[in-house]
Parts: sequence; structure tokens; C-alpha cells
Amino acid sequence: MKYDPFVIPFCLGAIILAFVLIYKYFSWIFALNKTDKHKILKGIFSVRIFKAIKEVFLESLLHRKVFRVNPMLGYMHMSLAFGWLLLILGGTIESKVHSLKMFNTPYEPIFFKFFNHDISMFSGAEEFKFVMDLLLLFVLSGVSLAFIKRFYSKLFGMKKTTKLKIGDWMALTALWFIFPLRFFAESFTSGIYHNGGFLTGTAGNFFASFLPLENLTYIAWWAYSIALGAFFIALPFSRYMHIFTEVVLIFLRNFGIKSTKEYNSFSEFEIHSCSRCGICLDKCQLLTAARIKDTQAVYFLQSIRYNNLKEGKAFDCMLCGKCQEFCPVAIDLNNIRISKRMEFASGNNNFDYLIPKIEKTAPIIYFAGCMTHLTPTIKIAMESIFKESKTDYLFLDKDGGICCGRPLMLAGEILNAQKLIEKNVKLIKELGAKTLVTSCPICLKVFKEDYELDIEIVHHTQFILKLAEAGKIKLNKSDLNVVYHDPCELGRGSGIYDEPRTLINKVGNLKSISQEKELSLCCGSSLAGIQLNSVQKELVRIDTLKALEKNNPDCILTACPLCKKTLAKDSSIDVKDISELVWNGITESKIVELTQNSN
Amino acid sequence: MKNFGFSLSKDRQIDFDKSDKRIMDFVKIEEPTFNICIACGTCTATCSAGNFTEMNLRKMITLIKRGEITGVRAELSKCMLCGKCSLACPRGVNTRNVIFKINQALEKYSL
Ligand code: SF4
Ligand code: SF4
Ligand code: SF4
Ligand code: SF4
Repeated sequence: MKYDPFVIPFCLGAIILAFVLIYKYFSWIFALNKTDKHKILKGIFSVRIFKAIKEVFLESLLHRKVFRVNPMLGYMHMSLAFGWLLLILGGTIESKVHSLKMFNTPYEPIFFKFFNHDISMFSGAEEFKFVMDLLLLFVLSGVSLAFIKRFYSKLFGMKKTTKLKIGDWMALTALWFIFPLRFFAESFTSGIYHNGGFLTGTAGNFFASFLPLENLTYIAWWAYSIALGAFFIALPFSRYMHIFTEVVLIFLRNFGIKSTKEYNSFSEFEIHSCSRCGICLDKCQLLTAARIKDTQAVYFLQSIRYNNLKEGKAFDCMLCGKCQEFCPVAIDLNNIRISKRMEFASGNNNFDYLIPKIEKTAPIIYFAGCMTHLTPTIKIAMESIFKESKTDYLFLDKDGGICCGRPLMLAGEILNAQKLIEKNVKLIKELGAKTLVTSCPICLKVFKEDYELDIEIVHHTQFILKLAEAGKIKLNKSDLNVVYHDPCELGRGSGIYDEPRTLINKVGNLKSISQEKELSLCCGSSLAGIQLNSVQKELVRIDTLKALEKNNPDCILTACPLCKKTLAKDSSIDVKDISELVWNGITESKIVELTQNSN
Repeated sequence: MKNFGFSLSKDRQIDFDKSDKRIMDFVKIEEPTFNICIACGTCTATCSAGNFTEMNLRKMITLIKRGEITGVRAELSKCMLCGKCSLACPRGVNTRNVIFKINQALEKYSL
């Protein structure tokens, strides 16, 4: 057996790491509920496992999503993850080919050149040397980029890079040293025994010309092993925990386990999968516009991990979903935020006073929503469109209705929200309608996600578009140049981007803007921003308006009563809901018709 | 006596021995806009819960400021946190958080 005491730090670190990881993962999986555990069992023996493996390869190794957001950052992540893995694989094959044994000591591939001075005897040795040096170079390029990023993040298109904790510093420093030390150890050895490739061989000869390599080589191998051991021990307490956790997370997700609005051990997998890449920082308007520097997803998750989450951090967030949209690990950040708010919520509602009365019903029910009641023009437009299209509808909350429950939920009052939802579900089910139309994306989201109604649930933009396509209303295209503000809950929240745009193109000329669709900004008044103050909200609002007003359109359109009310506060340009523009068009064409008839 | 459609208020005064300012002191700090309420009643006029019950946020804020807090819990339990009041308030009182914080105070002092 090949052995030298310098391998001890490496082996010790690896063993401790394995124990910690196995302990943590198993206790989290153990804490999952029965259905989720069942899903895991079923998933392991199904084709889903191949999908999961493919995803692990694409996301955890190649970091495809990071690439998409930022190629430079993607390359850095890829060269470290994929490069390192290849280096381990390459080393394993190399050592097995060399020793011609199926099993050798686990550290031999890692310290191959130390134990095998003369490797020229086996066939393919030269090719191996070349490939291994190339891989080392690949990883070293990633390390240099990581180093540069720490001090010059702008190069990576990031205004901010994340702040570090002690565990992170330890692991990061160790990581920075690992590959340069490997480079030195292999070069020094090659300087003496000439067993290096194009990189370590050349460097070895160079070092040999002026350094006492006999003394230095052994020290370098020790240092390399210590760096590895230190990294492994610091790993579970640092951001690098994500390396392994993300892999498990991908498998769990592919088995069908989903995050919920209540914090559970699946959330543990999610929060430990955050690589602190910092992509969520620049996406957050609370940072870029409102200058709140400590609340972004990455810091929020970090606080949960280190058990020091304060109320302010849980609540300084609009749940706009932008960070979630761009998170390369696809962590359900909104759900985690809501689940953590629950710990600070202490309301105890009693909605017994709500006794729904049903006097009549119709195949289509219209639920305007609380916010629409504050913007009566939308209500009027919708009622007019319903009448114009001769739709048999029931205005469910005409005389002021029950709230949909989403505002309670966004504040973390999940249990109280459920009480309201129950009331509404009972009422809607009794009505026996086929379609539920709402003007408010906030209601839409909760109807779709938490009501479990088996009827069609649509936003009014979708409904109007269908009416138009069925020829039930005739739209009138104006020559207005308009821009469209995607409401968070409708766009990122419900994935509805196209119908509003198709509809707008039938009533005006839609001009595209830089921050649209997934990139759209928040109006600032999100009901989730319950603890933001008026100045912070205003800063977000102004930021959003700046993007919308940029090309000086004739009108800013949106599809949410709350967005409309908010944006109209400071906009110099007319702000309308799409339904209003639709109805304006219809009335105008009627006036034209009337005047033509009277002539 | 002839009924003129209104009546005289009964003589009443705040009993300082019974006044409990704990909720007020808590909310004042946690959500400072609580202090700038002018008791105009706009919130109550627009209140979603007010459509169905006697729920009255303006009255509640006033009572809490007076330290007359019996009944606050029951009243507040009707609020749906819908946020109409926040948008309507002419003073910019963050009423939703005021309510959220009153609930926390009720919990904190087991009231
Ligand atoms: S939350 Fe997502 S985007 Fe933000 S740092 Fe973590 S992994 Fe990156
Ligand atoms: S959800 Fe929006 S406001 Fe909240 S942290 Fe993410 S980007 Fe910022
Ligand atoms: S609307 Fe605002 S200022 Fe008026 S009573 Fe309500 S909270 Fe006070
Ligand atoms: S948040 Fe509560 S108090 Fe305010 S309008 Fe809604 S139900 Fe009424």
C-alpha cells in the first residue's frame, strides 16, 4: 500500500465531510412528511432518475443557468465544478491504468504524482499527462476568476458581490489555495523526476533552475493535503455546502417534491443549495432603487441558515419574484419568505361574521377584488364589456366582497388566510359556475394556487381576448403608442405575459421596453411590502416609472388595479388598465357609428 | 322628548387608572406612522370588513391611544388585511402594519 503521513489531513477532512453530509441529509429526509418520502421511494425506481441525472450534469456541473445570466460567472462556476470533477475522474482512471488494479487507496488519484515518480512505463502516459495538466489549467483559470471577482465584481456584470461569514472565509481561502498548491506540488515533483506534462513539466524545470526542490516538494504536498482537508471540514459550514446539497435537491425535485408555504425540511435543502452567487442582488429593486442592502434573497437565506433571522429582514421584501426568476438554483424564494413571515405573525382572525348569501348564479362569475373597488373605472369598463358581449355573468363582490386571502398570506398570516379561503371556496363551489374572471392578479394567483377549484380561472385580459376572438366584442385599434407594465403577480407570479400583449396589439401600438416580461419591475406597492415605509415604496415606484416613461409613450398600460393606482400617483403620462382602453375603443367606434348613421 | 334623530353623548372621561397604554407604546415604535393618524375615518369608510360588520379602524386606533383596549382583540380579528385602508388613508398611515403590530402586541402582553 502506498502511504505517507501527509495524506492524513486530506483523509480526515474527507471522512468528517462524509459523516456530516450523510447525517444532515438523512435527518432532513427523515423529517419529510409521509407523502414526500413515498415520492422519493417511487422516484428512485423510475425514469425520473435519468432526468435528474441530466439536470445535475447541466446545472450543478455545467451551470447552464448561470451561463445564461452571466457567461463569465458561468465559466467560473463551471471550471471549478466540472473541472474538478474531471480532474478526480481523470486521476482515478490514470492511477488504475497505471497500477492495473481495480481498487487502490482512495487518495492515490489525488496524490498520484507523489506516489508514482516514473509513469512513462504505461502506454498512454503522455496523453494522460497532457490531459491532466490541461484540466488543472482549466480549474486554475476558474480560481483566478473567483479571485478577481472578489475584488472586482463589475467585471462579472455584478454591481455587488455577497458578504462573507467566517465559515465562508475559511472555505474560500482553502479553495483558493488547493489548486495553486497542487500545481506547485506537481511541478516541484516533476522538477526532480520529470513526470509532468506541458504545464507542470515546464514549470518544474523552471523551478528546478533556482529552487532547492528536494526540500520544497514534500512541504508542498503537505500543504496541498492540508488545504484539501481544511476545505472539506469548512464546507458544511460555508456556502460550499451548496455543491452537494444542490445535487440532492435536484433529485428530490424530480421525484415530485415541491416547496410549500410552510417551512419544512425540504426548505432546508433549498436554503443550503444557495451558492451565494449573488445573481439575486442586482435583480432586487429594494437594493438598486430603495437602497436596502441586507434583505436580498441571498442574505435572507443566509440568516435562516445561521439562525439569526430578524423580523425586518423577513419583511423587507415585495415578493416581486424577480430574484426567484433568475436564481440559477430555482429556489422557491417567495414561498420561503412567506413561510418565515409566519413565525412573526400573531393574528387570530374570526370570520364568523361572513355569511355568504346566494341569490342568483351564472355560468361566469366576476370577482373584481378589493383593489379594483378602489379603481372604479376598471370595474365600470369590465361591467360594460360584459354587457356589450351579452355575457351571462354574476358580479360576485359587487357590493364589496370578501377579500381573496392573498394579502393575509403575503403577511405570513397563513392560517388566517386559510379561514378566508375556506369561506370563499364554499361560496364559489355553491355557485356552480364554469368560469371565474378576476381583474386583480393578486386574487388570480391565490385562486389558482390555493383554492383548488375545478373551474376555469382567468384574468380579465385573458377573458376579453377570448371574447374578441370569438367575435363577441369588436375591438377598435387606436393609434396610441403604449407601453405595458407586467404586474408581478400576473407575469412572474402566474406566467401570463402573452395574452395581455396580444390584446393590447389589437387596441393600440405596443412599444417594447427594456424591463419587460420576466425582467419587469415592481410598482412598489406590493401588499407583501407590508413593513416598507412610504419613502422606500416611492423610490421603487419612481424607478419603475423611469423605465416605463423612457420613450415617452402616449399611455402606460397595466393589468392590475394596484399597479395602476400606484403608478398613476407620480406618472406624467396617462396610466390605464387594459380593460379601460378596450372599453374606450368600443365606445369610440359606437360614437362614430352613431354619427355616421345620423348623417 | 321629541326625537331629533340625534342624542346627547353621555358624560364620560378617561379613567387613567384603568388606561392601558402598552399596545400604543409598542405600535408607536414599531410602526411610527401610527402617530400621524388624524382620526379622519377614511379607512373605516373603505373597509372591506366594515361592509359586513361594525369593524371600525379609526375607532380602534383612537381607543388604543386612550388606553381603552378591551375589545380590541375581538374587533381586530375581523380584519382581512386587504389593504384598502392603507391605500385610502390621506395621511399615509401604514394601517396594515399598524394592525399587524397591534396583533403582535396583543400576543406579547397576552391581552
Ligand atoms: S438565492 Fe439564488 S440567485 Fe441568490 S445567491 Fe442564492 S443561488 Fe444565487
Ligand atoms: S422578491 Fe423582489 S423585493 Fe423581494 S428580495 Fe426578491 S427581488 Fe427583492
Ligand atoms: S384614514 Fe388614516 S388618518 Fe384617517 S383615521 Fe384611518 S388611519 Fe387615521
Ligand atoms: S385591511 Fe382590514 S381594516 Fe383595512 S380595509 Fe381591509 S379589512 Fe378593513
